[in-house]
Amino acid sequence: MKVKGRVLKYGDNVDTDVIIPARYLNTADKKELASHCMEDIDREFVRRVKPGDIMVAGRNFGCGSSREHAPIAIKESGIALIIAKSFARIFYRNAINIGLPIVECEAAADEIEAGDEVEMDFDTGLIRNITKNREYKAQPFPAFIQSIIAAGGLVGAVRSGAIGDKTRK
Amino acid sequence: MKMTMTQKILAAHAGVDSVRAGEIVLVDVDMVLGNDITSPVAINEFSKFGRAGVFDNSKVALVMDHFAPNKDIKAAEQCKLCREFAAEKRIKNFFDGGEMGVEHALLPERGLVTAGDVVIGADSHTCTYGALGAFSTGIGSTDMAFGMATGKAWFKVPPAIKFYLTGKPGRWVTGKDVILHIIGKIGVDGALYRSMEYRGPGVAELSVSDRLCMANMAIEAGAKNGIFPVDEKTLEFLKKAGAKPPVIYEADEDAEYEQVIEIDMSNIEPTVAFPHLPGNTKTFDEFGEIKIDQVVIGSCTNGRLEDLIQAAEVLKGRKVARGVRTIVIPATPKIYLEALEMGLLRIFLEAGAVVSPPTCGPCLGGHMGILAKGERAVATTNRNFVGRMGHPESEVYLASPYVAAASAVTGKISHPKEVIS
Ligand code: SF4
Repeated sequence: MKVKGRVLKYGDNVDTDVIIPARYLNTADKKELASHCMEDIDREFVRRVKPGDIMVAGRNFGCGSSREHAPIAIKESGIALIIAKSFARIFYRNAINIGLPIVECEAAADEIEAGDEVEMDFDTGLIRNITKNREYKAQPFPAFIQSIIAAGGLVGAVRSGAIGDKTRK
Repeated sequence: MKMTMTQKILAAHAGVDSVRAGEIVLVDVDMVLGNDITSPVAINEFSKFGRAGVFDNSKVALVMDHFAPNKDIKAAEQCKLCREFAAEKRIKNFFDGGEMGVEHALLPERGLVTAGDVVIGADSHTCTYGALGAFSTGIGSTDMAFGMATGKAWFKVPPAIKFYLTGKPGRWVTGKDVILHIIGKIGVDGALYRSMEYRGPGVAELSVSDRLCMANMAIEAGAKNGIFPVDEKTLEFLKKAGAKPPVIYEADEDAEYEQVIEIDMSNIEPTVAFPHLPGNTKTFDEFGEIKIDQVVIGSCTNGRLEDLIQAAEVLKGRKVARGVRTIVIPATPKIYLEALEMGLLRIFLEAGAVVSPPTCGPCLGGHMGILAKGERAVATTNRNFVGRMGHPESEVYLASPYVAAASAVTGKISHPKEVIS
């Protein structure tokens, strides 16, 4: 599976309060959440984002609260992939559980700039910056996580029997 | 064996003899928690699993604390959805109205978590219960739905950092100052994906309330969990709360830690985290006069009785500065009642503070004390991100109840000794 898109870039420690401020958490409506995505850090985000765009950020992306509303708002905005130097752990599992692809790659996150066109192949972990003609290799996911992503999220993985009651993976 | 305390709990709940860092395990959980913000999303996901009921109706807790008492129509609808779900699934631990308190203060107080448990909660500060020797951590709504349906959760077994505590904290130094000091030292991702395991003779110097505060903020260092060894104080707390019999796990002597950080608590000063990160800490010798507009004393970090006692110690017989809105939020109804009986609420009211019913309220910028553009607050809460307590151009300074109360009196961020000599 491959995605290709234009990059929107952010810095370190992008927290869940700026991804989706708590004042909008009185709803679980995906469209409404997406309409306020990144509002407190980038007022232009909602207007600029296009389906298939790729978000690139620095360290500790998604730190803060456990609100799944954060990856939901990003996914619903049309973002197809997030590349960051590192992710906060709850954001990381939430994104995987809802089927939003995210990868950690320090070099890619450093060098890719806003507006670049980037392609990623999930099978090989290869990230290609088409604009700058550079390539990066991201760590492939462990098999257990791959099975969740392949099923489109945790719900799908349980329903398809990919995750059962075995304790060791 | 070479397992950390966290790894031992995970192994036991995965039904295996040992686990190692990096391995993914599916574990049995003892409690699944959700609140009025995260549960609606989880309830929706739960329906997709196609299970009639939750795995165990005594092992799910739903607490309507964030936007409750319902702040607006949408919040009311979310609570209603949770209430109906709780009734339909016969969930025993549903807390609403006069039974509701801030979840992470409420669960320990009600004896719903005990040492050795695995607790997951769709709230990042679920890591609080590590103070009681449990493995507890925040997860998302889909994980919560999965937990409610199957009684399980998936985890990557974390490596750990050992914090070896020595010394005794000084007169005005609390667990809050210790954890702010630690986060300031290691950074907001200093323990990313890791366990923060506390050990050493200093642990005995900390009250259970201090430990709850410190475990609560493990997430602010990016950690998966923070955990304290079980001692007499823990056992006494658990007994008083009527918790199930504890199971005590101890780290192996030869457990592997990525890092050992020694913290001499006698050297720690009252510490304040400046906007907009909990790791952006300063001590009083590092900043000048900072005027404030609001003080919030409450939350799952510092809304317990001990915190209110500390705030009252400073506010007793004094008045809050003119123009400084001071909001005190006892975290649970029981704390509220105890504060009432001890005369603390009178002290707060006579000082000119507002006493709020238990709620998360302003901690996450929900209601009951939102900041306008350009305003500054000193809060005993745990996060000071951009816009956390209101307008994106407002500022939150995190501190202990002593510092918050002293700041309320002077109208600027103040060391308690400026008020009490
Ligand atoms: S008091 Fe604040 S940090 Fe604690 S659960 Fe409520 S909103 Fe979250």
